Amino acid sequence: MKKFDKERVLLAVAGPVIALVVAVALTSVVLIASGKNPVEPYLLMFEQATYSDIQVLIINQAGMYYLAALAVAIGFRMNLFNIGVDGQYQLAAMAAAIVGTHVAMPAVLQIPLLVLTAVLTGAFWSGIAGVLKVTRGVSEVVATIMLNAIASSVIAYLWLPSVFGVKVGNNNTTGEMAKSGWVPGIDMGPAGEIYGFTLVAILLGIGYWVVLNRTRFGFDLRASGASETAAAASGVDPKRMVLTAMLVSGGMAGLAGLPILLGASHTYSATFPTTLGFTGITIALLGRNNPVGIAFAALLIAWLDKASPELEFAPVPYDKEIAVIMQGLIVLAVVVSYEAVRTWGLRRQQRRVGAELAAGHVLGASSDNNTEKEVAGR
Amino acid sequence: MTAVELAGITKRFPGVVANHDIHLTVRKGTVHALVGENGAGKSTLMKILYGMQKPDEGTIAIDGEQVAFSSPADAIARGIGMVHQHFMLADNLTVLENVVLGSEKLYGIGGRARRKILEISERYGLDVRPDVLVENLGVAARQRVEILKVLYRGARTLILDEPTAVLVPQEVDALFANLRELKSEGLSVIFISHKLGEVLSVADEITVIRRGTTVGTAVPAETTPRQLAELMVGSELPTPETSESTVTDRPVLTVKDLRLVADGGKALLDDISFTIHAGEVLGLAGVEGNGQTELVEALIGLRHADSGTITLAEDEITAWPTRRRREQGVGYIPEDRHRHGLLLEAPLWENRILGHVTEEPSTRGKRHFWLDPKAAQADTRRIVEEYDVRTPGIDVTAASLSGGNQQKLIVGREMSHKPRFLIAAHPTRGVDVGAQAQIWDQIREARREGLAVLLISADLDELIGLSDTLRVIYNGRLVADADPATITPEELGSAMTGAASGHLEHEEAPADALAKTPADAPATTADAPEDEAR
Repeated sequence: MKKFDKERVLLAVAGPVIALVVAVALTSVVLIASGKNPVEPYLLMFEQATYSDIQVLIINQAGMYYLAALAVAIGFRMNLFNIGVDGQYQLAAMAAAIVGTHVAMPAVLQIPLLVLTAVLTGAFWSGIAGVLKVTRGVSEVVATIMLNAIASSVIAYLWLPSVFGVKVGNNNTTGEMAKSGWVPGIDMGPAGEIYGFTLVAILLGIGYWVVLNRTRFGFDLRASGASETAAAASGVDPKRMVLTAMLVSGGMAGLAGLPILLGASHTYSATFPTTLGFTGITIALLGRNNPVGIAFAALLIAWLDKASPELEFAPVPYDKEIAVIMQGLIVLAVVVSYEAVRTWGLRRQQRRVGAELAAGHVLGASSDNNTEKEVAGR
Repeated sequence: MTAVELAGITKRFPGVVANHDIHLTVRKGTVHALVGENGAGKSTLMKILYGMQKPDEGTIAIDGEQVAFSSPADAIARGIGMVHQHFMLADNLTVLENVVLGSEKLYGIGGRARRKILEISERYGLDVRPDVLVENLGVAARQRVEILKVLYRGARTLILDEPTAVLVPQEVDALFANLRELKSEGLSVIFISHKLGEVLSVADEITVIRRGTTVGTAVPAETTPRQLAELMVGSELPTPETSESTVTDRPVLTVKDLRLVADGGKALLDDISFTIHAGEVLGLAGVEGNGQTELVEALIGLRHADSGTITLAEDEITAWPTRRRREQGVGYIPEDRHRHGLLLEAPLWENRILGHVTEEPSTRGKRHFWLDPKAAQADTRRIVEEYDVRTPGIDVTAASLSGGNQQKLIVGREMSHKPRFLIAAHPTRGVDVGAQAQIWDQIREARREGLAVLLISADLDELIGLSDTLRVIYNGRLVADADPATITPEELGSAMTGAASGHLEHEEAPADALAKTPADAPATTADAPEDEAR
């Protein structure tokens, strides 16, 4: 049955490749329409990717994207749309920063404490949406969007100097964290440092695959995503599964801000990266909820992010928003091409099975070949 | 005069030929029944006639004129109307609004439309009141609105897709009276059904469709239900007879005073008590929608009883969740395998795991934490061989198998875990005859080894042939019991309509109850249409 396996790989790759080709083509159309060279920006951005300092930036950014996308993907695997990753990671990063500023223990205790704080905060925030869905049937999409807005307000409140805020110039911060909570980076010489927490992201990616594909819990989760009714009949408690998935997704989301928090900024300030959660949705979609796919997608989007600013300083300057346009087009193209590839693949397989059966063991044809018309009751 | 003539219609879908060389001729002023098993291709054919799908080959002629439909609008313009099995009415609009919706140009939306509706209602005895909100109408009244909607748009040929599936017997009689009115006015009706008794009572002609092709026509007056059934399934019906009794006195499943209430307070199940012993098959007869689905869901744990107890051997399982019940030996062959039995887009071996993820060979290790794909795959291969699942491999998706092979996989999966109690809801529905006999064999063999089975089936021959004990469910209550050794399908059928209750004795079956059974009805309809048509 190797043939079918090969086919599955082909189908898995076809979706993203088609989407990317379409997105690039459409971006070029935009460039042509605005009277620019449709190819040069890509070459410039490719050139950027060859510089080691840009590579470090890309990897650091991709690590955070990866965590956010994994959080989204966990929800997707069981048909839950956690749009709230954005609020979850921001609140979680802030909670970790506050704890890190006010508690000072040895590193072996401090770092796990900060990680735990972030995970629990993220899980708590997504858990609200989970509880609402399970007890009141509130759509998790609506609830998590609302919770994003509420998270922004909570953050603004916590930034007040009378609460946990520390003003540094014009910037709101939460004060500098105790040194024992800093995670050392991997020194790349003059190119900079890769955040140490990026390694955790890689480990979590492996863990994600193992849990989903090799454990009972993962099977139940995937079954729930594939067919809620069949999963319930197989013995999955649907409500519990919704709540668990929301909590795990939120917990994972809580980690998304930690690479930069523990590795570089050491405070939660107004310049802390935002919208990781929304970009995470794009990346999870593009990566097909697959840990390897997500890794490639995260690197791709991080490359667009980090290579595009140079476009404005090229001899013939281009707007760096080209990268933003391209990201948007990727999302659109991904949704369309995946659905098309999925139905095409399913049909193709049905046809194949039909053909193989007809060629192989002719099913019950001997008894079925008497198709002469009979007339009953005569 | 022919109203509709379909010739050589062929329609292919990926993997299957849904229709192959179909011939169907409907004369004007007749009710023409199209019968066949689930999945025989009836619906596809009607979708073609109604313009929803285009045939790959073949021709359609309306009133002798060849036509090609590219949408239902074309079909409606040529006087073809369709009443779907699932009504397409807006609840929060009145009957009048529903009828004119989308056809405002015909008679406007005011007085002219109302007069037209009343005129049609009068003419065909549909008894439709234009200003009632649809949400206040019962099922039968809604169906009449659907029929009126179609007539309002000028249909001369009506397609009724399984119209009686949702009706109680009296309503079926009323519907048939309406159909006779229609044909006396020169309209034609294509009546799709797999209920043979009804078909024989209402149709003027019958076309039988099997595995996507028309295999014959029949005249009701000269045909028995059994002949028709044989035409439908394509061979001498295999009789599902159980040889000798294997019933023991060891109770496996005991249900006591089970009651289940719907949200509105209506009792879906009431006062249900029965015991199934080791080695016993208890057959549950009943018209669909009388509480069978709810009973099954209560037994597998998808719904929890409002009162009463369920006991498996010595353990009371009333409060157990589904997974624990399955682990403790409750097997489940669901009524709707696509919704409850399979992950359609997952490979076969993952479907092998479904429902048994906490048992070997699906998982191993402490508390069955780790999935064991190798063992699951090996066992799937065994099931595919032992249960003759026709597939090129175990990595294909469940969706690419035919219905019968999907069912064989489910039966194999459930049997592989040596259940103590098996819920078999329509175990051979939509399954070809060969697979049917095989599934019966599997159930019989497991029964010999002490399995207790609750069998639910619409096929009365299957019920009678396979069961050791028979119960009849009507309106959520067990109203009658019978001995499968002596009872006939006709007698059982009368109890299913609520006409008989208590212990059904073969000889003492009340005469008036018998008269209402579907199989007897043709005798009365042979002369009835003429009377009412005048």
